[in-house]
Amino acid sequence: MSRYLVNKFLFTIDRDPDLVERYRTDPAGTVAWWEAVQANQLLNCIAGEASTWLEFTDDERAALSAHDHVALFEMGAHPFLTLTLWIAMFERDHSEPLAMQLDYAARLAHVTQPYPDIAT
Amino acid sequence: MARLVAILATTHHPFYYKTSQLPPDQAPPFAAEWVRKVAAYRQTLTRARPDVLVMVGSDHFHQLWLDNMPQFLVGKAPFYDANYYNEEREFGLPRLLLKGHEELSAYILRGGIDKGFDLAFSNELRVDHSITCPIFTVRPQNDLPIVPVYTNIFAPPLPRPERFVKLGQAIRELIDAWPSDLRVAVIGTGHLSLELGGPRQFGPHGPDPEFDARAVEWIASGDIGGCLASVTLDSLHAPGNATHGFMDFMLMMGVAGFARADYADNLDLFHTMEAYFTWYPNGAGA
Repeated sequence: MSRYLVNKFLFTIDRDPDLVERYRTDPAGTVAWWEAVQANQLLNCIAGEASTWLEFTDDERAALSAHDHVALFEMGAHPFLTLTLWIAMFERDHSEPLAMQLDYAARLAHVTQPYPDIAT
Repeated sequence: MARLVAILATTHHPFYYKTSQLPPDQAPPFAAEWVRKVAAYRQTLTRARPDVLVMVGSDHFHQLWLDNMPQFLVGKAPFYDANYYNEEREFGLPRLLLKGHEELSAYILRGGIDKGFDLAFSNELRVDHSITCPIFTVRPQNDLPIVPVYTNIFAPPLPRPERFVKLGQAIRELIDAWPSDLRVAVIGTGHLSLELGGPRQFGPHGPDPEFDARAVEWIASGDIGGCLASVTLDSLHAPGNATHGFMDFMLMMGVAGFARADYADNLDLFHTMEAYFTWYPNGAGA
């Protein structure tokens, strides 16, 4: 389980307008590129000081590559990060206000408390 | 000594700014009452004539991240840029520049550490909508220097509710003892029941109206005993998965010394309940 790395992916994509569009249109390619090039980048350091050990599990890679927000929730990805990025990518595809957010919630309707642990 | 002239505790609703800017024919049906309530609430700060604002909020994974996450952090900088690309994108919030008050920041840091809170600090902090929402609502002219105080209500492991209350009490003691002739207001924002990214989000009300009713009563009456008897880190998951933001309200109850609020109002909205509280610790005419 590399819940931290899933959150790091969501965090670094969400804060970059170009990466939001890239992830929307090419999720699998963006995940593969990000894991190969960005995953080990220590965010407050120069590139030469990168980490050496971070990688997704197969399930995490698959969920991110499939835009599967339900699987991400069940894995304990931080719900705020997932929601914010999903709004950025997919709200535009819905014509009614909050339709995207309500659809997002409906797909999680089977979830019962306690929700998956999000601690990292 | 400095004079603590007002304490404001409120929800922060990032959609308020955009909603309040809409012409009446485009505004949703709840907009007029919302704007009216916020205008009334703004008066509770204006009448106190503050010189400086201590502002309690919580970064939403903007500058503070999981590779280096402080539990409590005080900004100490001459200026604070504010709002982020994803807040412009999602909420239509404009970017701001706020002035800082470094002397009060340094005083709170020194005094807080000496009182047993190992406060983190930042000399270059870009604050987010947890700080700017109350600027838009209660001080839209953005003319006062601030001291931002960030709490972690977002990235577990979190401090327990009791710790938030104690930090609020410590902030109150420090301000009361600050050797200054300035008039200080403390403004803190949090949440009542709230769900983000889960099955209960964006419903017609907050996810747990019963919790909201109890929470409003705890805050308005200063009932910290009842609140602490009912609220734990674990129990806060039940009203909604983002309800830990309620601990910022508990911090503000500590600042207010568990007094009954001098002003209390709320507004039931979609997604979450809005709530507005003000205390005048030295009297409304101080």
